[in-house]
Amino acid sequence: MALTNETIKERLIAKFGDQLSHFEEPYGLLTFEAPKEANLKVMQFLFDDEELRFQFLTDLTAVHYPDQAGRELAVVYHLHNLTDNIRLRLKVFTAIDQPDIFTATQLYSSANWMERETYDFFGINFVGHPNLKRILNVDEMEYFPLRKEFPLEDQTRIDKDDAMFGR
Amino acid sequence: MARPVRFNVHPIKADIKDNISLVNMPEGYTGEGFFATQLSSVVGLARKNSLWPMPFATSCCGIEFMATMASHYDLARFGAERLGFSPRQCDLLMVMGTIAKKMGPIVKQVYLQMAEPRWVMAVGACASSGGIFDTYSVLQGIDQVVPVDVYVPGCPPRPEAILDGFMRIQDLVGAESLRRRNSEQYKGLLQGYGIQ
Repeated sequence: MALTNETIKERLIAKFGDQLSHFEEPYGLLTFEAPKEANLKVMQFLFDDEELRFQFLTDLTAVHYPDQAGRELAVVYHLHNLTDNIRLRLKVFTAIDQPDIFTATQLYSSANWMERETYDFFGINFVGHPNLKRILNVDEMEYFPLRKEFPLEDQTRIDKDDAMFGR
Repeated sequence: MARPVRFNVHPIKADIKDNISLVNMPEGYTGEGFFATQLSSVVGLARKNSLWPMPFATSCCGIEFMATMASHYDLARFGAERLGFSPRQCDLLMVMGTIAKKMGPIVKQVYLQMAEPRWVMAVGACASSGGIFDTYSVLQGIDQVVPVDVYVPGCPPRPEAILDGFMRIQDLVGAESLRRRNSEQYKGLLQGYGIQ
């Protein structure tokens, strides 16, 4: 008997109850939201459970929703059960003025660089990360470029004006 | 049926008469058994026809440069037979491709490792101005970190354009003062980039 989205959802609700919310299945990928204090507990359960076995972290990134007051930043985890080849997506929301999220590096080693990247671009402070510093951008950069309030273009240029370049 | 195989058993003798391009003599006084000219023009002649380019290729312009180096376009015709892959041996830094801001200090370090006299050529839109990458992570032209002598436009430029840029460099090298590095203007330029 193969593991299905329904089984995973039942197991999660039996364990965590109404802490988990926003269950969806876009394109068959089970997606749900957890409170940010519980992100490690949920992942530990998904990792350790003998039936679920989500022991591989495929991707970790963030999204900035500037219009959602109090929950502007979403941290998204993509987990993979390699035995049954089933994936799921876990979202955790946090306020932008205190973007503290517990690190997943103790559970998944692959989270190390991906959390550094997420810190680099969105400024999520991963509490407990062993080496939380910029990984892709220059060290001197003093803002988080993928937050929506920052324009894409390089602001140091003076020769590209709006009339010619649509900026 | 056997495949028609042609062997080069009757090679045509190469006709070297009027078929080898020679560099013109610099201006000077010719007499019976002697030729007198300025040392600077002889040195300039030697320098411009034996440039050692240092390719710094990071993206598609680098691919065009590979075509330029190869037999069809043949950069070696201009005396640049030997591409040096150590900056300490090279005279001409050819930066081809997008330079991210994180790469900027490395371009500068390579430039600093080259011995005087040295020239820099920015090949392609990205190296010249950032090109289409008008974004927070890309250096908007390498002239923000090193002085550039010749800009080659194009995205990417055709090999002919790179060769044309190379010939512009040759013109500079041949015509420039041998003591360029001692001139006030050059010192000021380097000072502007925080070099020395």
